[in-house]
Amino acid sequence: MSPLVELQGIAKGFGEGEARVQALSDITLSVAAGEVVGLRGPSGSGKSTLLNLVACILEPDEGVLRLADETVWQGRWAKADLRALRRRAIGFIFQFHNLLPFLDATDNVALAMTLNDVPLAKARDRARALLDYLQIGKRAGAMPAKLSGGEAQRVAIARALANQPHIILADEPTAALDSERAQVVMDLLRRVAREQAAAVLVVTHDDKIFSRFDRLVSLRDGRIEGEMRPG
Amino acid sequence: MNLALRDIRHNLGRFLLTCLGLGLLLGVALAMVGIYGGVVEEALSLARGLRADLWVVEGGSRGPFAEASRIPGDVREAVARLPGVTPAGSLTFQTVEARHAGGPGGNEPPSEELVRERAGEAGRQRIGAVLRLQVVGYEPDRPGGPPGILQGRGIGRGRLEMVLDRSAGVPLGAMVEMANIRYRVVGFSTRTVSTGGDPLAWITLRDSQDLQFRLNPPAARRAQQGGGGALPQDTVNAVIARISPHADPAAVAAEIRRWKHFAALTAAEQEQVLTRSVVDRARKQLGLFTTVLLLVSAVIVALIIYTLTMDKMREIATLKLIGAPDATIVALVMQQAMLLGAVSFAGGAALLLAVKDNFPRRVVLGPEEVAGFGLLVFVICLVASLLGVRYALRVEPAQALGG
Repeated sequence: MSPLVELQGIAKGFGEGEARVQALSDITLSVAAGEVVGLRGPSGSGKSTLLNLVACILEPDEGVLRLADETVWQGRWAKADLRALRRRAIGFIFQFHNLLPFLDATDNVALAMTLNDVPLAKARDRARALLDYLQIGKRAGAMPAKLSGGEAQRVAIARALANQPHIILADEPTAALDSERAQVVMDLLRRVAREQAAAVLVVTHDDKIFSRFDRLVSLRDGRIEGEMRPG
Repeated sequence: MNLALRDIRHNLGRFLLTCLGLGLLLGVALAMVGIYGGVVEEALSLARGLRADLWVVEGGSRGPFAEASRIPGDVREAVARLPGVTPAGSLTFQTVEARHAGGPGGNEPPSEELVRERAGEAGRQRIGAVLRLQVVGYEPDRPGGPPGILQGRGIGRGRLEMVLDRSAGVPLGAMVEMANIRYRVVGFSTRTVSTGGDPLAWITLRDSQDLQFRLNPPAARRAQQGGGGALPQDTVNAVIARISPHADPAAVAAEIRRWKHFAALTAAEQEQVLTRSVVDRARKQLGLFTTVLLLVSAVIVALIIYTLTMDKMREIATLKLIGAPDATIVALVMQQAMLLGAVSFAGGAALLLAVKDNFPRRVVLGPEEVAGFGLLVFVICLVASLLGVRYALRVEPAQALGG
């Protein structure tokens, strides 16, 4: 399968002169459709910087970043273009679900679609279907404050899937969950990757879920230290 | 999906409490605008009520309201003979401390028992109560009388009768005592007050000249009675004239200005004197208070919106990360500022309109004033929300990531 996320020789540093810190050097990595790749490493290894680069929040100093067959940054991408790319092609899952507290579960999911110009009624229908697919349909009208951690994270996954993205980026999605719920979330991500042919890149410290990745990439001091296939 | 409304609905209690505070502040600011309107209307009510096209006053003065003016009473005849002048009338104005001297039908001064007995009459001045009145002396059947009679009748040719503004609170038929002379209230005029807000009382010119004489210091009175006084008793404060529609008031005024010792003002000039001189200080004071209150409102709106935006920092970062355009973020902040302003303004204005008649000063608010103030609140909210918008636009999407 062709890679949906492709990084070639990516480097990123912060600061100037003596104070410059090289966060990433010579990163070459790809994630294919249907693949779930884990990214692990100690604090300061460059995981967050790498995730921000793939999320098109940071611009690399060197190298080529290709997302869903589009080469990003080269050719001067405007902020609005990058946001449009994120809306269209990338789904995000956060450590603490980041649901909007003033919208119920359905509207949290529907919002992502309305940002992509889907009419509200249609977006709500699709949101309910997605919540059913993730087996949380009975909590569709609940506000985030009334959802358990696992339920909220499943709603967040539904929001990430709302626009049928090619790429799903997850930042410590199981960090706030117990072991059982963490396994459920990982199973969902694997299912989504397979059924929707999405590339899933997960930053994690959680060794309980390492076995659920197709590949596990280790970072240290801004470089790829190694790669393993847990399966 | 309107995010601003949904966020407000989620925190409705906090939003309404904020609106209540801001609404009271805006209500006070709007009251200042209304009080200024009332001051102007009261200041102009007498001049407009007399329907004079021309004011003839003492030379070098700006009329009876802004400065002292005394002219001989026979000037009225000279003015009346000018081409273009239809009728002319002499007027006196004096502010008097009068006394409610007996209920309807009572000619005798009230006894202490009567004062006590009637002291409880609701909504009316008590017998013996001191009234501050602006007394207008005029010649019946000539210009200068009350603009309209609401109840009772006007003054005929009879003496010691009075037409009084209803706001004085004295019942029809009651006696009002001024300088030891009692006048019977025979009618109520349509609402007309002095530039200071005192109720107006109309009596005949002769009665008013007697009153002026009695109110003079005793030494001046003795000298005047002995023929050596500087002031003849037939003096008036102004002569007003109505001008034929075919004549030009400015031309008639120019003619009078050529006379020695007299000045003439057209109706427009008189109103200008009243609004520029008489109520100028009130305008500045009320304007200053209104400006300060609006500035305080703007600062409060800015701080509230800034705080609300800061509270939503993570949500805004998440919205940016999932691809929401800046317009969505800006709309979220600005719509909340507008709703805050609109609800507060509506609440403040409704409260003020409900209680304005109980204010100690007259509050005059027309649809234009309310709409203009609303527009000002809209602009204030728009400007005040810019601080929150600036903050929201500076939130980085990366802030949504990580713990």
